[in-house]
Amino acid sequence: MNKIILIQLLVSGLLMGGVYALISIGLTLIFGVMRIVNFAHGEFLMIAMFACFWIVQLTGLSPYLAVPFVVLLLFLFGALTYILIIRRTIGSPMVVQIFATVGLGLFMQNAALVLWSGDYRTIQSPAASAVLRFSGIQVNYSLLIAFLVAIAITLLLFGFMAWTYFGRAIRATVQDRTAAQLMGINAGTIKVITMGIGSGLVAAAGTLLLPIYYLFPDIGGPFTQKAFVITILGGLGSTVGAILGGVTLGLAEAFGSAYIGMEFEGLIGLVIFVLVLLFLPGGFKRLTKV
Amino acid sequence: MKQFSGPVILLAILIAFPWAVQDSYYQHLMILVLMWIAIGSGWNLISGYTGQVLFGAAAFFGTGAYTAALLLNKLDISAWWGLPLGGVAAVILALPFGWISFRLRGPYFALVTLALSEIMRHIATIWESLTEGMVGILVMQTWVSKLPYYYIALALAVLSIVIVDVAVRSRLGYYFVSIREDQDAAESMGINTLYYRMVSLSLAALLIGLAGGLYTNYMGFIDPKVVFSLHDVSIMAILVGIVGGVSTVYGPAVGAFIMVLVQELIRTGGFGFLAWFTKTTGWPFMTTVTKYVSEAHVLSFGLLVVLVILYLPNGVVGDWLCVKKTILFRKRETA
Repeated sequence: MNKIILIQLLVSGLLMGGVYALISIGLTLIFGVMRIVNFAHGEFLMIAMFACFWIVQLTGLSPYLAVPFVVLLLFLFGALTYILIIRRTIGSPMVVQIFATVGLGLFMQNAALVLWSGDYRTIQSPAASAVLRFSGIQVNYSLLIAFLVAIAITLLLFGFMAWTYFGRAIRATVQDRTAAQLMGINAGTIKVITMGIGSGLVAAAGTLLLPIYYLFPDIGGPFTQKAFVITILGGLGSTVGAILGGVTLGLAEAFGSAYIGMEFEGLIGLVIFVLVLLFLPGGFKRLTKV
Repeated sequence: MKQFSGPVILLAILIAFPWAVQDSYYQHLMILVLMWIAIGSGWNLISGYTGQVLFGAAAFFGTGAYTAALLLNKLDISAWWGLPLGGVAAVILALPFGWISFRLRGPYFALVTLALSEIMRHIATIWESLTEGMVGILVMQTWVSKLPYYYIALALAVLSIVIVDVAVRSRLGYYFVSIREDQDAAESMGINTLYYRMVSLSLAALLIGLAGGLYTNYMGFIDPKVVFSLHDVSIMAILVGIVGGVSTVYGPAVGAFIMVLVQELIRTGGFGFLAWFTKTTGWPFMTTVTKYVSEAHVLSFGLLVVLVILYLPNGVVGDWLCVKKTILFRKRETA
């Protein structure tokens, strides 16, 4: 019996961790290129969820088919955010940089509150509540799909980063901005594209989470915090680290809420966060050198 | 003596204020302004002068507030003891926290202070046997009149301005600024940067904790969501600091005034102006506008943050010349 619970926790932690990783890759990518921590990251997720919600409501599409549209929408939104706000704060003191995105997050959250009210929404689908069972272990069907799609998107991203010009340019910029610029890489374009990709990734995660979570304007905050925990755990700027961090947080939350208590779920991430900052500053990146 | 005349006149106006304005609503707003001056000054000391961005002012504010409430609730000691002790408790929290987390820099430090305030909020929520959890703690107000609260808040605000002023004029201030400008260079000049960052954080925690103790006594009710709030305390503290002017002694005072005013202005729809306007003109669309404005008050708050950040990064006091120029320029244009 205990063994089954253990495997069950492992599986659900791993699945959730995959989606967490997808959320955090966006944040870590943006930090790597721009050296800016996007405090509105969770709000991007929330907006993506709302966009997906309305697409599903108005057209009757499956939420999974809506993913490309939402990703495209948030790609444009992210690029616009960079052009209108973030570009102007580059080179400013840190307080200014932090607060540009904090203010943006506040704005988005309350715009959502005004436009769509604070009601809890959910999309009804038979698949959302379906459960797969393998010899005593239960797996939420939509979480499984979310995990698989998240892996697929992550692989796509890695392909993009490895084989396309823009992907290589982004990696070069992360490693050494000045050298990349000297090699003729247009820093401005790279930043716009990175911001777009980062937003697109979190948008994908949002649409995948929509069948699992209730949707309301305040949902972004906890996810921003989770993304921080994961990126700090993995090492800011490291995509591989973000994946490891995401899985670690997913597992820690699953085991923590089972063995310590549900109400401690939010606390677990924060405690990990502080411990990592103190005892492993730089995160997994320092261990793996990736 | 000339340099003192401005503050002295201002102080005289503030002392006379509750006698001139008897309306308790405006007195309430002024008490909030004075409380925010203390919090903003504390924030300004650690984040403005010393350059260590404090993203979790709520951790110290809530600690001060809960100290006052718990003294009354558990030990049956007057919550007014919680005002000084709240400050002390915040310092006691700040010391080990600073010692551990000052090995981090820049955005990492900001994030760990954010984590601290969130951890404190979770603890206050979960530990129900001590803090009553989400139910919150009720403290009977001592006076019906606002006057005593007003003068206590005024004393606190003056104290915080004086502390910041004295600190930044002394050697301490130069150490703080040198740490902000270049921590490694400061360290190599023989400044014990850890020690001085701790001093700066402790002073900040003291002021913010005192304000927390005052909040409990004045408001009469606290719960984890209110006093450990990320938006209403931590972010508001930074806004007060930024809007007024980072690294200026009077910046937080100006910032507190502006932010409380703006918050009320938007929340009440321009002090009822919009409602009045709707009534007199009778335009139906104004009803919708009024409704949206009052609903969207935090929305405009977020917008304001972005605009201030982009156009007045040094705050009203810091960019005063620029503000003045713009206003004068506009005037000439219209004339």
